[in-house]
Amino acid sequence: MSHRASIETRATRRAWWLAAPALLWTLAFFILPFGTMAVLSLWQRTDLGLEATWDLGNYASFLANPAYIQALTNSLEITVTVTILSVLLAYPLAWIIAEEIPERFRRLALALAVIPFWTSYVVRSYAWSLVLAKSGVLNDWLGAVGLGPLDLANSRAATVIGFTHFFTMLLTLSIYASLVQMPPNLRRAAADLGAGAFATFRLIVLPLTLPGVMVGAFLTFALCIGDYVTPQILGGGNDLALPQLIMLQIGRRADLPMAAALSIILMLAVTLAYLGMARWMKVVR
Amino acid sequence: MTKTTLLAALVGSTCLANAALSQELNALVWCDHTDASFVAPFEEEFGVTVNLKEYEGTGAALSLIETSQPGDWDVLVVDGIDVPRVVAAGILGPLNTDELPYDTLFPELVMEENHVIDGVTYAISEKYGYNTVSFNSEVFTAEDMADMTRLWSGDFAGQLAVYDYYLPVMGMIAVGLGMDTATLSMDDLPAIEEALLALKDSASSVGEVVSSQTAIATGEVDILVGGGEWVTAGLTADLPNLDWIIPEQGAVRWSQSIGVFADSAQPDLAQEFVKYVLSPEGQAALATSSCYWAMPANAAAADVLTDDQKRALRWDDQASYLARALLYPAPDAELDAAMQDVWTRFLAR
Repeated sequence: MSHRASIETRATRRAWWLAAPALLWTLAFFILPFGTMAVLSLWQRTDLGLEATWDLGNYASFLANPAYIQALTNSLEITVTVTILSVLLAYPLAWIIAEEIPERFRRLALALAVIPFWTSYVVRSYAWSLVLAKSGVLNDWLGAVGLGPLDLANSRAATVIGFTHFFTMLLTLSIYASLVQMPPNLRRAAADLGAGAFATFRLIVLPLTLPGVMVGAFLTFALCIGDYVTPQILGGGNDLALPQLIMLQIGRRADLPMAAALSIILMLAVTLAYLGMARWMKVVR
Repeated sequence: MTKTTLLAALVGSTCLANAALSQELNALVWCDHTDASFVAPFEEEFGVTVNLKEYEGTGAALSLIETSQPGDWDVLVVDGIDVPRVVAAGILGPLNTDELPYDTLFPELVMEENHVIDGVTYAISEKYGYNTVSFNSEVFTAEDMADMTRLWSGDFAGQLAVYDYYLPVMGMIAVGLGMDTATLSMDDLPAIEEALLALKDSASSVGEVVSSQTAIATGEVDILVGGGEWVTAGLTADLPNLDWIIPEQGAVRWSQSIGVFADSAQPDLAQEFVKYVLSPEGQAALATSSCYWAMPANAAAADVLTDDQKRALRWDDQASYLARALLYPAPDAELDAAMQDVWTRFLAR
C-alpha cells in the first residue's frame, strides 16, 4: 500500500469515527422507530390484538374513508394557510428588525419577537382560547367600540390564528438571519446602477433571502401539519385534523397499525412538501 | 462474623427495607382517581406509593396495556360495560369477593352480567352517574330541556357543546329516538347518525371531560350534551346556575368498575386497594374527587358524605334516576367499529 493510500484510508476511518455518533443517533432515534412504524402499519388490529397480516389494508381503508380524506384535507388547508400567512407577516417584521430598528435595539427587538417561545405550547393555546372566547378579551374590546361579537372560538380561524402567532416568530428568526447576512454593498451597487427600491428588493434582496424564507416555511409546514395540541384546544373539536385522527386510533380504537399508517401518510405529506420546496429552489436558482 | 459479612448483611437489610418502603402500586384510571386526597389515606396505611396513569376511554386503556410489559400494571378502572371485553382479552384476573361490600352496594350497580363471567368475579362497580343534559338555568329552563330531540332540531344552534365520547352520546341519541341501548344493531345506526350529524350542526364545540366542563362553566355554551352530575355537582357552590336533567325520553347511565390485572406482580396489595376504594371513606373521596363528582356505588358512603355533598349529588333522587336511565350500549366488535366510524364522521363534519 502506498503512503498516499494509507493516508486516505486513515482519513476515511477518521471520518467514519467522527460521523459515528450522528449516524448512531439517526439510527436509534429515526430509522429504527420509523422502520417499526412502517412495519406496524402493515399489520391489522383484530379482536384478539395485533395481527401481522403484512398487507396494505390500513392504507386502503384510509383511501376508502371520506372522513379520513377530509382530515388530511383539513390538515393541508390549515397548514398551507398558516405557512402563507406566517411568511407574509414575518418578512416585514424581520425586515423592520434588521433594517429599520437602530442596531443597539435589535437584540431587544429580537428578544421581544421570540418571547412567545418562552411559554409552553399548551399555555399559549389556552391563552388564545381566552382571548377569542365568546366573552373573551377580543370581543370585550369590540363591544367597547360598538362592534358586534366575532364568533371565532372553537373554529378553524382560531386554530389558524394560534398557529400563525407562533410560526410568525419562528419565520422571523430565519428570515432575519438571511437579511443580516446579505452584504449591504449589493443594494448600494443596484441603486448606483439605477434600480429603484422595488426592483432592488425583487432582483437582489428577495432571491438572496429566499433560502431563509424557504427553510422557515418548511419548518412551519412540518411542525404545523403534525401538531395535535392547537387544533384540539382552539379548534374545539370542530375541524378534525390528521394528528387528531391518529390520536383517535390510539385513544379510542387501540388501533396502533392504523395510527402507524396515518403517521406514514403524514410523513409522506411532509416529504412531498420538502421535495417540492427543494425542486422550486433549484428552479429559482 | 467478619466485618465484611456484617457490612454486607447491613447493606442487604437496608436495601430490603428501602424496597419495602418504596413499594409501588400502578393503577390505570379515569381522572377522578388522580386527586391526591383520594389515594393519600391508602398510601399512608400501607406505606406504598400509588402511581396513577390517567386515560379517557377504554380504547386508550387497551393501547396503553398493549404497549406495556406484563406486570407493569396492578389495578384497572374501566367502564362497567367494557369489563367482559377486557376479561376476554385476559387483562383482568379473578377478584376476591370475600371482603367487598356487596351488601351495601346499590342493587343496580352489582351488574353481575358484566362482572361475573363463567362464575368468576373479575370486577366490582365503584362509581356511577348519567350522561344526559347539563344546562345553564339562567338561560334555559328544565322544560326547555325536557324533550331530547330538540337538541338536534336546531333550536339551540351555537349554544351547545358535545362531550367527546361516542358510546354515551350515541347511546343518548338512541334513547332520544326511542331505542333500547341494550339491543342496538347496525340497522339502528343510520337514524342515530342522522341525528348526530344534525347535533354537530348546532354544536359550538366537541371536547373531552375537562374541555366540556370548561365550556359550560365559563359560559362558552349553555348546554352540554352528554353532561350530568359529573359536570355540575362539583361546581354547585360556585356556579349554582348549572343544572342537569334527565329528559322525558330518558338518559344513559355510566358506571366505572375496578379490578386487578391478571399479571399483577402484587395482587394482594392490588386487592387491598380495591377494598379501600370500595370502603365508605374511599367511596366518599372518589365521589367528590376534584376531576368530577358522581355517585358512589357503595351506599354506605352516605355515612361519610356531608349533607351538602349528598344534596349536590342528588342522593335522594337516585331511585328515580336509576329507573329512567339505560346502560351504555354494549356493541360487539363489528358494531363498535361501525359506531366509531360514525363518530369519526361526526368529528370530521
